[in-house]
Amino acid sequence: MQLKYIKKELGVATCALLQVPAAAVHSSDADWDIDTAVLFYSESDNGVSAFEPAIYAGKDLGDGERIDLRLVVDVLTGATPNGAHPSSVAQTFTTPSGGSTYTTQPGETPRDDSFKDTRVAAGVDWTLPFNRLQRIKLGLNGSTEYDYQSLGISATYLQDFNNRNTTLSAGLAFNNDTISPVGGVPTPLSNMREAGTGTNRVGGDDTKTLTDFILGITQVMSRKTLVQLNYSLGMYDGYLTDPYKIITVVDQNGLPATSAFTNGDLPYIYEKRPDSRQINSLYFKTVHHLTRDVINFSYRYFWDDWGITSNTFDLKYRYEIGRGYLQPQVRYYLQDAADFYVHNLKLGDPLPETASSDYRLAKMTTTTLSLKYGHAVGENSEWSIRAGFMNQSVDDGDVLAGTETPDTDAIIVNAGYSFFW
Amino acid sequence: MKAIIVIGVVFVVTACSSMDTVKPWDKDLLAKQSMQPVPDFFENFYDEHIYFSKEASSGGQSVGGGGCGCN
Repeated sequence: MQLKYIKKELGVATCALLQVPAAAVHSSDADWDIDTAVLFYSESDNGVSAFEPAIYAGKDLGDGERIDLRLVVDVLTGATPNGAHPSSVAQTFTTPSGGSTYTTQPGETPRDDSFKDTRVAAGVDWTLPFNRLQRIKLGLNGSTEYDYQSLGISATYLQDFNNRNTTLSAGLAFNNDTISPVGGVPTPLSNMREAGTGTNRVGGDDTKTLTDFILGITQVMSRKTLVQLNYSLGMYDGYLTDPYKIITVVDQNGLPATSAFTNGDLPYIYEKRPDSRQINSLYFKTVHHLTRDVINFSYRYFWDDWGITSNTFDLKYRYEIGRGYLQPQVRYYLQDAADFYVHNLKLGDPLPETASSDYRLAKMTTTTLSLKYGHAVGENSEWSIRAGFMNQSVDDGDVLAGTETPDTDAIIVNAGYSFFW
Repeated sequence: MKAIIVIGVVFVVTACSSMDTVKPWDKDLLAKQSMQPVPDFFENFYDEHIYFSKEASSGGQSVGGGGCGCN
């Protein structure tokens, strides 16, 4: 008896480490389930700002058939890091078009302030039942922005069994993206040129593909606990470099090696990443109902063949208050650097085959704290607002003082209103 | 790493199989919006989009999210 009890408790504890996403709760067949939302994201020191309104509409078509539609507009302004690091001297860079310059003062993070973009993304999912326990979800996604187009298709098969307490899922997706950088695709590892002296370019655009697989299990553990476990495999092929990122070539004093280059070459070279990447992740989630409140916890372990591994923890606690709720959230992410990540390149050293000093490929952590308040209105609608703060901190290791990567701080605010129509 | 994953999955599935089946009439709490793995679609969507743009890792929850330049 005692052993049986312990085994059961062990089962709960183990599965509580797992996670899975599921369909939302729906209204009656006749109604459209509408979600509207808007995101405001703003980095400190005149970094990137994003304004992102979005709408979702879903409807049950009867007998398990369902359609889901999404439309998102993403307006980006501000200045984005160009990959070079701060220096004790002023640094002048050429904009991607090759026609003008921008200067970064000593100690400041080099940022390209010509950056701005508007992205429109749309998607549709169509869920088709085979019978009461089997169904397939077919998806189509597309997005367009000034320098980037993406088109993707997906199919996910879902099978319920064990009195619908267990759902197995298997998904496959394919994405084809085209990038048309401002000024063209830079010649990898070539020098940035002085404005008006021509640009090192190999073409106008390039492409990449992503093939994604996922296998998942969602398990009802008890009347109050749900767990999920997914394994994902993704394979990227093609142009995976960021065409706007550069690397500083430094002299023996650690300063940009300006005098070592002539004929319009600047001491900055365009980065180059491998042309393939295999990513893997294990994703666990558990949702647990306390007496009134709900805990939602997830953990992801990620690894790839670029040498990056990461751990992500995300915890939300929903505290019920009358017709509303408060939900604090803590997210913590830590990653190791890519094998080809460099802080800078040293003058005279042979050029590596691949290199990037994009801080997003460095050893770093992201910490996010947020608080959300949601409130039910009537029987079938709810509004909510969430405000959060994100900090990204890079571990540069042993680098020259004054060239460290500064933290990235951002404010995240999003609001939503959901209703049936 | 692969061995750890295989052992982990087998352990989890074995442990899960010890769970008592929850009957349909006992799924009142599980049916609540707050008990869904993704209770707020756009909150999750925005998080995925932000961290896809600012970190080297992505994915894990589903497939078919669409692409993004995200400089």
